[in-house]
Formats: sequence, C-alpha cells, structure tokens
Amino acid sequence: MRRIRWTRRGLLCAGVYIRVLRLRATRAGWGRSGLLGVGCFSCSSVGRASGSTGLNLSWKLCVTIMRLVILDNYDLASEWAAKYICNRIIQFRPGQDRYFTLGLPTGSTPLGCYKKLIEYHKNGDLSFKYVKTFNMDEYVGLPRNHPESYHSYMWNNFFKHIDIDPNNAHILDGNATDLQAECDAFEKKIKEAGGIDLFVGGIGPDGHIAFNEPGSSLVSRTRLKTLAMDTILANAKYFDGDLSKVPTMALTVGVGTVMDAREVMILITGAHKAFALYKAIEEGVNHMWTVSAFQQHPRTIFVCDEDATLELRVKTVKYFKGLMHVHNKLVDPLYSMKEGN
Amino acid sequence: MRGGQGAARAPVIQFTNCRILRGGALLREDLWVRGGRILDPEKLFFEERRVADEQRDCGGCILAPGFIDVQINGGFGVDFSQASEDVGSGVALVARRILSHGVTSFCPTLVTSPLEVYHKVLPQIPVKSGGPHGAGVLGVHLEGPFISREKRGAHPEAHLRSFEADAFQDVLATYGGLDNVRIVTLAPELGHSQEVIRALTALGICVSLGHSVADLGTAEEAVQSGATFITHLFNAMLPFHHRDPGIVGLLTSDRLPAGRHIFYGMIADGIHTNPAALRIAHRAHPKGTNTLSGSIAPMDTCVRHFLQATGCSVESALEAASLHPAQLLGLEKRKGTLDFGADADFVVLDDSLHVRATYISGELVWQVEEARP
Repeated sequence: MRRIRWTRRGLLCAGVYIRVLRLRATRAGWGRSGLLGVGCFSCSSVGRASGSTGLNLSWKLCVTIMRLVILDNYDLASEWAAKYICNRIIQFRPGQDRYFTLGLPTGSTPLGCYKKLIEYHKNGDLSFKYVKTFNMDEYVGLPRNHPESYHSYMWNNFFKHIDIDPNNAHILDGNATDLQAECDAFEKKIKEAGGIDLFVGGIGPDGHIAFNEPGSSLVSRTRLKTLAMDTILANAKYFDGDLSKVPTMALTVGVGTVMDAREVMILITGAHKAFALYKAIEEGVNHMWTVSAFQQHPRTIFVCDEDATLELRVKTVKYFKGLMHVHNKLVDPLYSMKEGN
Repeated sequence: MRGGQGAARAPVIQFTNCRILRGGALLREDLWVRGGRILDPEKLFFEERRVADEQRDCGGCILAPGFIDVQINGGFGVDFSQASEDVGSGVALVARRILSHGVTSFCPTLVTSPLEVYHKVLPQIPVKSGGPHGAGVLGVHLEGPFISREKRGAHPEAHLRSFEADAFQDVLATYGGLDNVRIVTLAPELGHSQEVIRALTALGICVSLGHSVADLGTAEEAVQSGATFITHLFNAMLPFHHRDPGIVGLLTSDRLPAGRHIFYGMIADGIHTNPAALRIAHRAHPKGTNTLSGSIAPMDTCVRHFLQATGCSVESALEAASLHPAQLLGLEKRKGTLDFGADADFVVLDDSLHVRATYISGELVWQVEEARP
C-alpha cells in the first residue's frame, strides 16, 4: 500500500484544498454530510462534484491515491466498476467540444461491467455520444470479423448496444500492412484526443496488463508483442481448446501508454487472478508482473471480488475493506444524464 | 434494385426489440437492412463507420425469413391450371393475397392438364421478383401429367401421360418449353423416367416424386438420377410397408448418393395428414421437412399446425416453411434465411406465430389491420 509522504507542499496543498472545499461546500449547502465525503486525505475520496450546483472539482489537484475496492462477488464488483465509470463520465460533463476518453479492455472479467453500462444506457441514464474509446489490444492476423477478434468482442458485448459514434471507437488493426505504423498512429490518435481520462484494464494470471507480457518494458508504448505461453493457454478456451488456433502475436498499448492516462482502473476477479494481484500490489514494482507498474501511477483503483484477494495479507484486505464506506461514496449516488447533471 | 453501387447510399434500417431466426436459433438480435438486403452491422460500424438511419421497434416480435410455398395450385377463386387469356392477373391476385399468410416467394402449381393449357398458361407465368404488388414467383411447379393412374387423386384421368420412346422430347412437347419451370413432379415407375429425371436435373429443374406407386428401389434410383423432393408425402403414394416402405422409405434410405439431401413436402393442414404421421416423418428426417399449403390452408396456419402437431421447436417449424424450401431450390444464399447478404424478405410474427407484417426487399408489403394508421 502506498504511503503518502507529507512534504510541506503536500500539507499546504492539502490544507488549502480542504479549506477551498469547505468554502464551496458551504455555498453549495452540503452541510456536514458533504464534508464527511472529503474526509481523510491519505485515503481520500476527493469529494464529489455537485452536479446540481454546477461545480466540477478538478481531479488534478495534488490528490494521488491508490484504492483497493473489494466487493463480495463478481456481480457486485462489476456493478461497482460500472457505476464508477458512469459517474466519471457524467461528472465530466462531456459535450460537443469535450469528449471523455475511455480506455477499454476485453476478456471475461469486464463482461459484467459492460452489461451494467449497457443497462444504464438503455435506461436513458448514460449516453456515449461524447465518449471516445481506445481499446487496449487486438490479435495480429485474425480476420476482423472472426468471432474471437477483439473487434467482434467489442461489437457484440458493447458497441452494438450503445450510442457511440463509430468514428470514436478506436481499436488497433491487427491486419494492417505496416503493424508498427498502425501502433504509432494509435498513439497519435490518443494524443490528439487529449489523452485518456480513464483507462480500464484487467490483469492476466501472469500479472500482465493488456498484452504486456512478463519482461515487457515498463515504459513501453503501443507495439507488436509475441504472446507468452501462459496467455496462449489462458486464451485457448476461446478457440475450442485448440492451441494451434490461438494467435501468437498481438498489437498492444504499452505499460507507458496506460501510465499516461489520468486515471487507471484495474478489474480483477476470480481466485485464479489472486496470485497476480498479490504480486501487483504487495510486492515491488517488477517488469515480470507488469501491473505492478501502477503502484507508481497517481490515481489507480483496483476493483476486485473476495476471491481475487485470497493471496493478499489479511491485514491488507481488512484495511481496505474498512474503507468501503469511503469508496462507496464514489458510486452512491449514481448520477444520471436524465436529471440533467 | 437490390445490391449494386447505389445500395451503399441507400438508407440503413435497423429493426430493434425483436428475436430473429438465424443459424437455427431465435436470437435476441437486431435486423439490419439496406438496399433490399440483410446487412452486417459490425461491418457497417468498423468499415463504413456508420450507424442506422432509421430504427423500427418490432415490439418483441419474432422476425423469420419469409415463407416459401413450393406447391400452391391457386386460391381466392383462382385456379392456375385454368386456361385463360389472362393467367397473369390470377397469379398476381394470389401473389398479393398470400402476403398476409407470410409467404414472400412461391411456385404456382399446375395440375395435370391438356397440352393446350400448358402451352397457353406457362408463358404467362414468368419468374418475377416480389414487392408491394405481391410475393415473388420463383418458377412454376408442374405436378403431372407424367404420374400414376392409380394415384392421380383429383387430377383428370384423360390427360395423364406416360413417356414415349424419346422421353425428354415428349416432355418438351407436352409442356411446350421449360423456360419458367422450376419443379416437375412425376412418377418414377413410368418407363424412361430415369433419363427424363437426369435431363431435367441437368437443366437445373428440381425433380419431385409424387402421385406414384413406386417401390423404394425405384424411388432410390430416381434420387440417384437427380430427384430431390417428394410431393405431399403420404398423400398419393403407396403407404409405408415394413418390407417395402415405398417412397416414404426415402426419408431414412441409406442408398442415397453421398451428400445428397432429400426434401419432402407435407400438407400440414390437419386434414391431409394425421399428426402422428407428421411426427413420424419429422422425427425420421427433420432437416428435410417442408410445409406446404397446397392452396388449402394458409401457410401460416400450416406452420402453426405443424408446430402444435409435432411438438417441434419454433425454429424447426419456421425453417420448414422457409429455409428448407430455399435449400430445395438451391436458393439458400438469397432466400429463406436472414444471413448477411440475403434478400430482406421476412415476416414479423407474434409468439403464437400469427403474421403481424410481411416485408419484401426490406419494404413493408403487408401488415395486420389494427397496426395500420
């Protein structure tokens, strides 16, 4: 768990920050319950934007956090993550000249989260009209319309159910003639979009983020990668269990690319990911477990279920479970575009 | 016109809130249509970067491929076998009226008739695309006159024929030409029938066995020569016998050419065939079942009756009225399916399989009374 070092600047900032919030809170008429939301700095929730009064607190003030959000099961973890994303998008107040940029993962872990986001959209609470998405990766050499391509995955599990503009849904093209040029162009598109506001990712059983396999550079950019055997084995279930059918190469965003995002959310569910989570947050930063790089990211949230915490110290789990009342303020209330927030 | 370069600019229509029959299952998917064809929305999204121009809510209904009736002798006061100066308007009337039964393509059927009738009527029934004017004509089904005397049923005895020595020429002379012909039903026990079957098959005409007293061996030989269909199974043929199952035995015959698929039509109106017989046939050979109306009961009534009598799945019943007839006629890439690229001929059904609306080439051609404004 990261400890925040209290430099003079840090204390000054914290003091000023809390005072500013207090002033705004009084104006907004939050009263006591609003201030409680600001709370303790080292494990803070930053306070929420008061949509009804039009305030929009910048997340970029010297607030740096690492959260470990632990829910009882997969469904609750998926729901928490979806609510967080929903609130972030709505509080951002996206519009014609102001797109919210979202990094997106694939695989079985985020399916529940996607389902909930679709539900919020279908209820009219969330629109993706002013959202730009950048997927993490795509297989090389698999036809775009192959049922296991990440294009197919994103279409079937997300894009076809929502109102995103197709021009704003970016996925690497694994069939491009010049693969490195495709990767460079992807990095350029992210830059032109103003960077990623929230990068949602998963973790492999070998601790990889996207396809940044063990041994990847922690400052890597979008590039071509050869997949590790662990990954190929994990993916075989999507190819009728036939290892020869699994693609061996992929285009992937680099660790550095994800680290550039203003905020990162990693979804980790299931006992088979528990060891990877342990390595990612209780051991040091290590390129053999590339998710560990996010210990050095200013704003990271790990959302997991009970099973994923099985390899963590009881102390760690108890500490963060004890903070759930703070974490839950980030998702409750759940905002809606209907209310004109 | 369907397809072509102009199609890319045609509006994209997305039918939502429905279940579509695809790949033998009812899927909770939207149906996308452009330029009269079923569109692949994933391709549209990633390659053309476009969304739908119009969305239509289907109210939770089932969208199935339009029904194809390969044996319909007339209806609504029209008899296709009647020699008349204006057969065309009779066909047009039937074509328009069967839209309400969910039929989007059909084969007008002529029963045994004198030569003059064939010569007069056949040229007046060209192959025609469907549209708001009516269901499409896929070609004529000639049921007779080369059939068995014993099993002629309601066909007039005087005009029955057998093949002369120069069999195929005899066929041409009888019909006066095979231009608009799609299916011919004949009795394979007639002399020279095998060479006729081969000749017709070579021309791309579907040969069907019916109104016949053929034994299983003769029927199998006919299939080896090219026959692929059985006209109204059980009716107008020898009953199943355990030592010689006759034509009915083709459903489970092991003497058929490899890869050859035999189809059979059944009049599932509750009168022509006992439900138990329907069940036996369907269970023995589910992939070959075609429901026919035969102008007696509306096609959608036959589909409902078939579903209820056999206890089969909704998907099976719908395929029996759409996919299987299309496969019989070799049209399964364009008709009888909601796969990408197929013609957008489909029918909107409620859960009890009553027709709510019919579409041809993506255009609404019929809808139920209370839905109209």
